[in-house]
Amino acid sequence: MKATCWHGKRDMRVENVPDPKILNQRDAIVRITSTAICGSDLHLYNGFIPTLKKGDVLGHEFMGEVVELGREVTNLKVGDRVVVPFPIACGACLACQAQMYSLCENSNPNAWMAEKLMGHSPSGIYGYSHMLGGFAGGQAEYARVPFADVGPLKVPDGMSDDQVLFLSDILPTGYMGAEMCNIRPGDTIAVWGCGPVGQFAIASARMLGAERIVAIDRFPERLAMARSKAGATDTINYEDQDVLDTLKDLTGGVGPDACIDAVGTESHAPGLMYAYDRFKQALMLETDRPLALRQAVMACRNGGIVSVIGVYGGFIDKFPMGSFMNRSLTMRTGQCHVHRYMKPLLERIQNGDIDPSFVITHRMQLDDAPDGYAMFAKKQDDCVKIVMTA
Amino acid sequence: MEVREGTRSYRDRADEWQAGGAWRRTEPVPARQSRRGRTMDPRRLARGLGWFSLSLGLVEVLAPRFVSRLIGGRGDNMGLIRLYGMREIMSGMMIFGQGAKPAVGLWSRVAGDAIDIATLAAAASSSSTRKGPLAFATANVLGVTALDVYCAQELGRQQPTLSAGTIRMSRSVVINRSPEDLYTFWHNFENFPRFMHHLESVRATGPRTSHWVAKGPAGTKVEWDAEITADTPNELIAWQSAGDADVDNSGIVQFERRPGGRGTIVRVEIEYRPPGGVAGAMVARLFNQSPEQQIYDDLHRMKQVIETGEVLRSDGSPEGTGRVLQDSAQPKEFSSTNLEGAMR
Repeated sequence: MKATCWHGKRDMRVENVPDPKILNQRDAIVRITSTAICGSDLHLYNGFIPTLKKGDVLGHEFMGEVVELGREVTNLKVGDRVVVPFPIACGACLACQAQMYSLCENSNPNAWMAEKLMGHSPSGIYGYSHMLGGFAGGQAEYARVPFADVGPLKVPDGMSDDQVLFLSDILPTGYMGAEMCNIRPGDTIAVWGCGPVGQFAIASARMLGAERIVAIDRFPERLAMARSKAGATDTINYEDQDVLDTLKDLTGGVGPDACIDAVGTESHAPGLMYAYDRFKQALMLETDRPLALRQAVMACRNGGIVSVIGVYGGFIDKFPMGSFMNRSLTMRTGQCHVHRYMKPLLERIQNGDIDPSFVITHRMQLDDAPDGYAMFAKKQDDCVKIVMTA
Repeated sequence: MEVREGTRSYRDRADEWQAGGAWRRTEPVPARQSRRGRTMDPRRLARGLGWFSLSLGLVEVLAPRFVSRLIGGRGDNMGLIRLYGMREIMSGMMIFGQGAKPAVGLWSRVAGDAIDIATLAAAASSSSTRKGPLAFATANVLGVTALDVYCAQELGRQQPTLSAGTIRMSRSVVINRSPEDLYTFWHNFENFPRFMHHLESVRATGPRTSHWVAKGPAGTKVEWDAEITADTPNELIAWQSAGDADVDNSGIVQFERRPGGRGTIVRVEIEYRPPGGVAGAMVARLFNQSPEQQIYDDLHRMKQVIETGEVLRSDGSPEGTGRVLQDSAQPKEFSSTNLEGAMR
């Protein structure tokens, strides 16, 4: 089959690799109909996530048709259309029973690697380094889905791929980012990053009843999308305006009730601070550039919540702990526990509360994946989200 | 003490869980005390010697002329003293950097002491040195050397995996089942090869005895008979190899119920005398089969078998093993050749 393989920093190749096989009796093989490039794939593309190897198949946002099932999978049939959640979860461990699926204790065969870096291991993730399981990803013609009796969501008849594909990751991730803000009527929410996850965090904050939603980015087209499609009430282009001053202005000096970091490890900012972090990152003195996170902490109102859904890999520097501690802030984080949001969000889509396909700006064939990565990484041609078909 | 879950939302449960309930770890087992009950704690002494190394090293690097005068020289040989200073700093960093094994850093100090003594002896034959300060310096170095040797030896004694012929290790894992279930599972030794990949077979030969066959290095087989030495239902099982075993071994597994319906802690302690002694164990470690890693992998595979029904295989490690050098994540067929390739 054809698959999108990582061959080094900014070197993606579509290659022929062996077809996936059933390795466990709870596996399914899915013929992929739609797959997307995630912003977090760019962290892999740019070489910021350790334990990736040449030839690894990337991609963790995918859906398709079940073509083969292990003996133990009884809730699916060959021919079912399914969306696959990006964290792999067994459904039986204590974490899964608490519905913290991205912390599944059984789905990362390489847990010891993650434990070295993070103390404890999260769940396995498709196509996201060997530290997170070494599972082949879904930017391919076929994918193997472990614990297929737990993860995949059957797509109701009559719904298109575009409507449901993003239930695999970015819609639930954005939603969880907003949900972690404990939004109450009248709240102001600020969202750093207007990529696809940021757009869905904004749309979810709106669905959850936020009064005012401030979108922060540097690309005018993304800010325009946030305002016209996602439902942001205000936008800040951080290359033109000082973010902290503007947020104070907007809130009468108090600051947003909650701040969502939908940027993660490769954030940008004008000025010296960016140069400082980029320099330290280049020298391996820190692995992540937490520019957006620092701002989110400094901006948040006293007693507010900082919700982190942007992906970080390792260690950060100059975290404003004094601000964080003295002002009674709360930080909530996590890779999304996708499984618990799929059905409720499917209902939201069916009700017409949200049509997630608004983020799609580009469509491609799988063969063009390397161009897609380059375009998405450089934000060329107003690229926000690329969907590929095999 | 089951938690009622019917009326609470997943958010309550997740919050409670995230608040630390389920992650709470039990107190670590206290470290083994020095067997002779001496008053001087070798770990404290090691830290003292580490700071001594770092300070002396800094002085030698920054003020070599001063050091040279102090030991009776004429303020020359500054390059050599600076070099020795750097050596001291390295030793100091090794003592602090080794974490649980400062003994390695201390032995490097002993080697350094030998170099110092040889250098001082060479200086004694030179006519230009002042003999009084030189003798004073030599006496000091000899004193510190004695301390270094003592400390390194004491620390070595506290690490049975390095000094004795026996390897002892312990690990634990939390499994989402009752102690009763786990005791029953564990009591059926014939289950073991499902998650202990170095075992070929275990066969019950009587109510308290069993015969074990394990894969040894380079395709060999290791066999022994085991006998249960203690057995408290739902709490613990202990065993020991019997008769003429290829590998003398013994162990105990304990099952501890976690409060609030949070599963069971399974604690395993194993002791064995590896074939080829500790040297054999070192060689095995080179091939990525360190005993600690093996028991960690075994316990996690056991957790998978009990909680999910089988050992999860990844495309990058189709055999589902832990610490093998992995091939890429490209889908691979499940075959033994992959494993051999990965272990090369």
